[in-house]
Amino acid sequence: MKRARIRKHTRHLLTGLGLFFLASFQPLLAQQNEEGQATPVKLGLMLPYSGTYAPLGESITNGLKLAIKQNGDQLGGRPVEYVVLDSEADASKAPQNMSRLVKGDKVDVVIGPVHSGVAMGMLKVAKQTGAIMIIPNAGLGAATGQLCMPNVFRTSFSMWQDSYPMGKVAYDRGHRKVVTITWNYAGGKEDIAGFEEAFSKAGGEIVKQILVPFPETQFQPYLTDIASIKPDAVYTFFAGAGAVRFVRDYAKVGLKDSVPLLGSGFLTDGNLDAQGEAAEGILTTLHYADGLDSDVDRTFREAYGKAYERKLDTYAVQGYDAGMMLVQALDQTDGNSADRDALISALASVKLNSPRGPVTFSKAHHPIQNIYLRQVTDGRNQVIDVASRALEDPARGCRM
Amino acid sequence: MDPVFIAIQLLNGLQYGLLLFLIASGLTLIFGIMGIINLAHGAMYMIGAYLAYDLTLRTGSFWLALLLAVPIAVVLGLVIERLFLGTLYRRDHLYQVLLTFGLILVLNEAQRIIWGSDVQSVPVPASLSGNIALTGNLQYPVYRLFVAAICLLVAGGIYWIIRHTRLGIVIRAGAVNRDMVEGLGIDVRTLFTLIFSVGVGLAAFAGMLSAPMTSLYPGMGDNILITCFVIVVIGGIGSIKGAFLGSLLIGQAATFGPVLLPALASVIIYLIMAAVLIIKPRGLFA
Amino acid sequence: MLHRYPKRVPIIMLALTVLLVFYPLWGPVLIGDGSDFFLEKLTLMLILGLFAMSLDLLVGVVGLVSLGHALFFGLAGYTLALASPSYSAASLWWMMPLVMLVSALAALVIGALVLRTRGIFFIMTTLAFGQMLYYLVSDASFTGGSDGVFIMFKPTLAIGELTLIDLESPLQFFYFVMGMTLLTYLFLHWLIRSYFGQVLDGIHDNEHRMQALGYATYGYKLAAFVISGVLAGVAGMLAAMQYGFANPAQLGWHLSGEVLMMVILGGMGTLFGPLLGAFAYELLHYAFEHLTLYWQLLMGLTIILIVLVLPKGLAGLILDPPRLRLPRVGVGGLLRPRPAASTKARLGLAGHHKHEEG
Repeated sequence: MKRARIRKHTRHLLTGLGLFFLASFQPLLAQQNEEGQATPVKLGLMLPYSGTYAPLGESITNGLKLAIKQNGDQLGGRPVEYVVLDSEADASKAPQNMSRLVKGDKVDVVIGPVHSGVAMGMLKVAKQTGAIMIIPNAGLGAATGQLCMPNVFRTSFSMWQDSYPMGKVAYDRGHRKVVTITWNYAGGKEDIAGFEEAFSKAGGEIVKQILVPFPETQFQPYLTDIASIKPDAVYTFFAGAGAVRFVRDYAKVGLKDSVPLLGSGFLTDGNLDAQGEAAEGILTTLHYADGLDSDVDRTFREAYGKAYERKLDTYAVQGYDAGMMLVQALDQTDGNSADRDALISALASVKLNSPRGPVTFSKAHHPIQNIYLRQVTDGRNQVIDVASRALEDPARGCRM
Repeated sequence: MDPVFIAIQLLNGLQYGLLLFLIASGLTLIFGIMGIINLAHGAMYMIGAYLAYDLTLRTGSFWLALLLAVPIAVVLGLVIERLFLGTLYRRDHLYQVLLTFGLILVLNEAQRIIWGSDVQSVPVPASLSGNIALTGNLQYPVYRLFVAAICLLVAGGIYWIIRHTRLGIVIRAGAVNRDMVEGLGIDVRTLFTLIFSVGVGLAAFAGMLSAPMTSLYPGMGDNILITCFVIVVIGGIGSIKGAFLGSLLIGQAATFGPVLLPALASVIIYLIMAAVLIIKPRGLFA
Repeated sequence: MLHRYPKRVPIIMLALTVLLVFYPLWGPVLIGDGSDFFLEKLTLMLILGLFAMSLDLLVGVVGLVSLGHALFFGLAGYTLALASPSYSAASLWWMMPLVMLVSALAALVIGALVLRTRGIFFIMTTLAFGQMLYYLVSDASFTGGSDGVFIMFKPTLAIGELTLIDLESPLQFFYFVMGMTLLTYLFLHWLIRSYFGQVLDGIHDNEHRMQALGYATYGYKLAAFVISGVLAGVAGMLAAMQYGFANPAQLGWHLSGEVLMMVILGGMGTLFGPLLGAFAYELLHYAFEHLTLYWQLLMGLTIILIVLVLPKGLAGLILDPPRLRLPRVGVGGLLRPRPAASTKARLGLAGHHKHEEG
């Protein structure tokens, strides 16, 4: 009895406080409405600007801002305001950072992240708040798979999407026994799984799967192990600094001449200058490449080169397409970002004529795109074929 | 496994272990003599690597870069010691831990401001870019052997200083009982400055030597730092001999562990440390 | 250890508590639009405050500096995540004791090992154990690996059909966390002043003397380690509940370092200090992050500055407010210890030196 009474009192108190809360909230809302369409569209950028992943964060930001600048620095007739937040690539801080952007800064759309662990934390808040989120990199399958939701889009790739086509390429090039090597983290394992799926289906055999503790870059013992196995080829997923060291070590110990190195394109993307000679000849598959030779790509490359000192990489294209997606969607809603459902359906219907080729979005809000086969030639990821045309991610576990 | 490959793996482990020693020796010297845990030791390793990168670009010669970078690193250590640490010796370890924690943030950010966050690399100097054929499909880069030789030389040098010089006596005494050294009227203040600068210089030097073998990226020192902590704890704090043998042990463990016991690859060095501490809580050679 | 605080301490703490309790009244007025976010932020600060107090028991009271305390914080999050059923909410009546039990067992095993070491060794071994668990969790598949796991449903707090506190409601969760933090504060406050606490204090001053007096110091330290681990576990559980997410980064040494910073910033050994420290640290972090993308530089410099000029943290400012007299010029003047503190410091240092001897 007593407890119930206390509870009743508490409820009264809480209701009272809640009313007070709402009352004080009201004038602010009214103010915003008066200004109407002139208020800027708020974009929250939750990307890494410090630490190992910082270059990716910078490239994506550059690409995004370029797209919006080319549109006259406006989205659907409204000016644009950026709220930039360093995600630190720290997953434990992801929910609170996402919450800050959504509830604190009240951004209309969140663009981020780079890192898959951070994406998990952000998705949780996206689920609870319904906030619209565009992922410009993180390739975890779950984001447009088991955890897919209407308010989440991705302009980049899934680990599966970039590695699956390589399975057939590897088999067609006569490789039958392959060693795979990657970091022991979710992204690496998903990438390897995509390759293995296609390669095994074609009839090839994975003779050994090596998982290197993340973020270890002491590759010597593993390379010696590979040399003792003598496979037909090595398939790998590494990115950034780890990729640079792996490619250089692989060449230095002489394996490159006897055992061809294959990889998903991140192995040689955005870091070719640091790899130098060692990368020449490596075959990779990715959703973007050098030498695509389309008008859109040429114009984009020129504009990007003029605007920024940073060399263009795939990450910048992913950012650019996130920007283009917003441009189209907000044009369609006449700049209305308050009606979330309308904005979501506008985003879902976007068709991009992207520098990487035509991009549409699947039911799971994942890009349907070409995956290119590329070979490193003269320090460029030269396209040599389309490994898979308009490939759609299977979106396993997505009920949407 | 084929005996040839076992031999190659032993060589891999030895080379890695020797490089680790170069970093860990500085760490254990600073621990032993000054009683300071320098969390920023890894950051100094990173600064060393970036100095080598920057000066190689500027001067066009890796050797010239080394010659210029070592004094810069030592001076940086001197400044840090005089400016910050010098005021903290009378305080609990905790304050030094925190100060160096703050230094990590500052040094990492300084790296980003000066050199940017892109991945960089340093080419192997032409004179050492050759390879030695080991098996049909495997070579050993000469530069790695060169680094191993330099590390051995440094280890020998440190051993000689500690065994055969007056400074060595003070260092040995300091590792056992710091108060006694002070009581003997030795200018501890100068000794501390010297030890810290040299210790930090060793970490930076290791970074410079590694630069052509590895890739340079923000925060590259954080991981190697933890590995070196493990080495120092295994060897016994302040013991150069312990750091040397500990480095070799961890070098081999980190080489054979992942190949023989892949499931334990990431925790193997911690397991070894836990085992050592259960048997000898003060490290193997304290 | 200061066992009797001047009156202003309870007054300040009480005032701050009242301020927090009535946040829903003033928050929206002052902060406006972002006030519901700030409520979340305050909840998190309270959780971190609880976490910092648990570490203070080790660092400030017993003098054991742990650089692996996040281990218990993260472990609790994973315990909650893995023990919660996938398609329905778990009951907090079960989850809370389970989390505390797991934390206690982990602290007992790890404590038994790490307490064999002293001084710097203790710092290093706690760090190593933290890293070990970090890697185990991020490599394993049943923990969701490096991406982490979701807790799909928040636990419920109910008696029969009657929901006592709706943990889904941010406001009620805020009050729940505040209650837990307050309880922890009162418990630790009592513990430190109890017989047990006196022995811990004695160990802090001079362990050899306590041993000579016949105290089994190892057992006392282990008990303190377990209590501290359990409380850190409670904090970790609350943190995992807040967003329904557990990730390996919650076990990492960066978080251990940060919580240690909160303890120092607040003033170790004072209990109320670390609580304030958690708030101050988070506010600084938030402010710097808003200011510039080079926030780490500001944070690093602030940490260095605090270590150099505010060794006793915020608590030191409250307990011993600086007089309105210019300090003597030079570092020596600034850092000259006050007479009462210097004897203490010497005692503490002497104790530490004993530990280092071969």
